[in-house]
Amino acid sequence: MKKFFQIAYIALILLFIYAPIFTLCLYSFVDSPIVSIQDAFRIGFSFELYKQLFNDQALMTIVWDTLLLALLTAVIATILGTIGAIGIYYSKNKFGKAVSASSRIPVINAEIVTAVALVLLFALVFTESRSYFSMLIGHLVITTPFVVLSVMPKLKQMDANMYEAALDLGASPFGALIKVVLPEILPGILSGFMLAVTLSLDDYIISAYTKPAGFDTISTYVYGAMAKSNANSSLPALRALSAIIFVVIILVVVGKNIYSRRRADK
Amino acid sequence: MREQKVISRAEYRPDVIAKKSAFRFSRSSLCVPYGLFLALFVVLPLLLIVFYALTDANGTLSFENFIRFFSSPTTITTLIISILLALVTTVICIIIAYPVAYILANSKLNKGGTLLMLFIMPMWINFVLRAMAMKDLLTIIGVFGFNNYLNVVIGMVYDYLPFMILPIYTVLIKMDKSYVEASMDLGASPLKTFTKVTFPLSMPGIASGITMVFMPTMTCYVISDTFGNGLITIIGKLIDEQFTTFQNWNLGSAMAMVLLVIMLVSMWVTGGFKSEETRGTNL
Repeated sequence: MKKFFQIAYIALILLFIYAPIFTLCLYSFVDSPIVSIQDAFRIGFSFELYKQLFNDQALMTIVWDTLLLALLTAVIATILGTIGAIGIYYSKNKFGKAVSASSRIPVINAEIVTAVALVLLFALVFTESRSYFSMLIGHLVITTPFVVLSVMPKLKQMDANMYEAALDLGASPFGALIKVVLPEILPGILSGFMLAVTLSLDDYIISAYTKPAGFDTISTYVYGAMAKSNANSSLPALRALSAIIFVVIILVVVGKNIYSRRRADK
Repeated sequence: MREQKVISRAEYRPDVIAKKSAFRFSRSSLCVPYGLFLALFVVLPLLLIVFYALTDANGTLSFENFIRFFSSPTTITTLIISILLALVTTVICIIIAYPVAYILANSKLNKGGTLLMLFIMPMWINFVLRAMAMKDLLTIIGVFGFNNYLNVVIGMVYDYLPFMILPIYTVLIKMDKSYVEASMDLGASPLKTFTKVTFPLSMPGIASGITMVFMPTMTCYVISDTFGNGLITIIGKLIDEQFTTFQNWNLGSAMAMVLLVIMLVSMWVTGGFKSEETRGTNL
């Protein structure tokens, strides 16, 4: 009986989480301006919206721009954050503590406050306050602290004697760092990288405030499209885009699960 | 007796020490680039907010912005509505998420974490797209438009629920189960064991979840804009308007500073300064 309630509850919440996503995927095959049950029966199913999506040059550019920005952000954030985390971990002085404390600010701060703060800075320093550079900085500010947060636990778990042993065996401090410390914290670095990609892809507010004119990420574009259409529905081609994103994510997550399970079996 | 000699590193490998002093490489100096980055793009901008908040358009010191903020019924109402909306959303998230996290952490249903993945997966879908999906579903089943506040709360709970489930689950799964066994062995009922042992031990997870849900729901105007039919304004939107529509950066900065203070207070209340480490590790 207890088990029945547990399963029922889990199923109910999963329904709440997935019903909108599946509806969206279903209606990505219905070429109607708004999402409604009558339209689904009247118009029928087709790949029309997918054709529209792939023929929409502007929308495809936005998708690639968003992905590129996320990757660039994640690469820089991972390098900066990993070096920063190692530095914070090994520094016992006040400077290290100050860096560690200010690294927490973007994590707990409201995104809108981070965004307007950057606007004030860029307006003061540059004549053209919004550029690709300002947007990249904005994304780095919200992602790098999370890289630090995912690397830090791995540094703490590491056996501190390994670094000393490497030095005793003749490695240079820098060599020991690369050959001993880096492999130990690699899982943290990788999850920090993934986190940075996700956060960058997900961001709306920072992008909206720092992006150059004429540049759009998926978030700013969808928000703009939703704000413009007064109908209670979204731009139809976006349904196809969401469905594709969802399928890609399922494949990545399932693939990663299978991979890690196989590795665990070995 | 054999003579014992301690070989110092310098004697053993003199070249290592020589190299070290020539390089002057120290591991703590690695935090310099990140420190500079944070000083330039995190600390300095916040100081600018404080500066703008405490000055008027001519750059002279004044408290006019704060007086305007706290004397205007509109802004105060908005602030209260934002706090209430965030509170309601956070409480509903806890009520829904706790049993989910508890079942996932304690039952065989979640073998190998597969079921957990199902709950976490939506986090990887762009949150504006997720909001759009929920809005479409509400429209289809005809619930959208009953009440704008209800719409916004549904939208916010939908978008932020995974962020509450994950930290609570993490704490519950790491919890030492022998505490529960000890409590049962000592004769406590399952209910009493839960209220006296499991629940108090899971508080750090709840606190971490609150920091991830409360602040964003108070300020992220994307949901309130799209689900509220343009009729619900939260404090994040007010700041946005000051910076984009009205171009009053001083007043906007004052509002941002009020938010900063609220953030610090809520951090202090929930102990979020410590719990934020669970945020990075478990996503």
